[in-house]
Amino acid sequence: MKCRRIFAVVLRQFYLIRGSFSRVVPLFAWVTIDVVLWGFITKYLNSVTASGFNFVPVLLGAVLFWDFFIRVMQGVTMAFFEDVWSRNFLNFFATPLSVSEYVGGLVLSSIATSSIGLLVMLIMAVIVFGLSFFGFGLLLVPFLFVLFLFGIALGILASAMVLRLGPSAEWFVWPIPALISPFAGVFYPLSTLPHWMQYISSLLPPAYVFENMRAIVLGKAASGSDLLVAVCLAALYILISGRLFVRTYRHAVRTGLLARYSAESVS
Amino acid sequence: MKFTSRPPAAKVLSVRDLRKHYGDLVAVDGISFEVSPREIVGLLGPNGAGKTTTLDMILGVLELTSGEISVEGIDIGMHRSRALERTNFAAVYTPLPGNLTVYQNLKVFGLIYGVKDLSRRIEDVIKQFELEAFRDVKCGVLSSGEQTRAGLAKAMINRPDLLLLDEPTASLDPAIAVDIRAKIREFALSGSGGVLWTSHNMYEVEDICDRVLFLSHGKILLEGDPKTLPSEYGKENLEELFIQVAREPLTIREIGTS
Repeated sequence: MKCRRIFAVVLRQFYLIRGSFSRVVPLFAWVTIDVVLWGFITKYLNSVTASGFNFVPVLLGAVLFWDFFIRVMQGVTMAFFEDVWSRNFLNFFATPLSVSEYVGGLVLSSIATSSIGLLVMLIMAVIVFGLSFFGFGLLLVPFLFVLFLFGIALGILASAMVLRLGPSAEWFVWPIPALISPFAGVFYPLSTLPHWMQYISSLLPPAYVFENMRAIVLGKAASGSDLLVAVCLAALYILISGRLFVRTYRHAVRTGLLARYSAESVS
Repeated sequence: MKFTSRPPAAKVLSVRDLRKHYGDLVAVDGISFEVSPREIVGLLGPNGAGKTTTLDMILGVLELTSGEISVEGIDIGMHRSRALERTNFAAVYTPLPGNLTVYQNLKVFGLIYGVKDLSRRIEDVIKQFELEAFRDVKCGVLSSGEQTRAGLAKAMINRPDLLLLDEPTASLDPAIAVDIRAKIREFALSGSGGVLWTSHNMYEVEDICDRVLFLSHGKILLEGDPKTLPSEYGKENLEELFIQVAREPLTIREIGTS
């Protein structure tokens, strides 16, 4: 694996984003809208409930974490889609670039773009709505780490799906976070869910993050074993999705789909 | 892993008994050929003969069913990245990404190929292909001639030992095509690289290629000097020979064996 080749993939994304207003704005526009919308909802809920319960860390914190996860996943898929849209696969894969270097470049691009979104969300949530992260303490790091790993895993998986099924399969990718969110318990405890949904939740790393985040807000201790399970699950999913991407790539090389990648040839 | 230095290969490209099957369909049927340093070899044949399939396998974007391909003695199946570092290509159906400028594309691909002193090399190929005015223009808005020149600049950024060209002049007017052919000939003569070239323009092939291979139904039917081959088969020129290969490949086989 050569660093300069991975850097080349990242540099291509940097050039694309730097030179395009329409690529820069989505890095922070949607997260800003979400933080503003949920910030005011939590303020309203705080004012109408007499319990004295602070909704800001529970709801706004959850939105912030969930948006970070989505940004990480989309950071990988958007970088991949740039090569789909510009029909760049033949240009890239007829070079010394290996599939692992290519995926490495997508992941690094995602780290850069999702960090921008996270920074904007943190600034907005802290300054405008008074969300304090001191309550989470050092656990903020494993929380974000688990969501980051799972976002990368899903991003690679979604890219493999589009590589296998063709450019039109892009439309399967966008709803993935929405499909996962009811099982992840972003806004409610997992005990709210029926048993069969809880079984699925136990396989999703974000479910452990949001469950423990709520525990901390309610003054309970976070579970170290829960977070360990979440990290292990997320790491396992990265391994599985990475292997799946490589298998899909090899299938495309074997069948000729890579050389003739277009909606017409793949679908 | 440490690699010992190896003596220069006598052939820049060596293809041995290459086959590609898609189920029952045979796209390439056991072809063997070589390209020597400073040699321009034309790979000719009607549509569907297996030319692009062959190039795709040499570029590592299509898996071979069987056979061997080596670039400068390096087996592409065993050491894909090392072999492709010595290769580059330009094809009419694969323009550079239109959303990056000429300079940005050259920078990205120069890094991938590990070009030394990249900044200077980028300026060299920009000058060589007269792209100075388009240095900071996105490739997608260039004319087809300018895009072809940008694609060739990318194809030569790493001074490849093996240059693969799939119909590089297909979308160009005759005046620009002459210039492009001159640059490719200059590349072959000035270094130690070899060129494998596909084209449907027989005048161009006769003008530039040192040797041609005629493909039909995945097999090499004929091989020889494009200037003397037509007369050997009783034809006026290469175009007439091409038409007979395309329409009546069996008669060519009979002449060849008689």
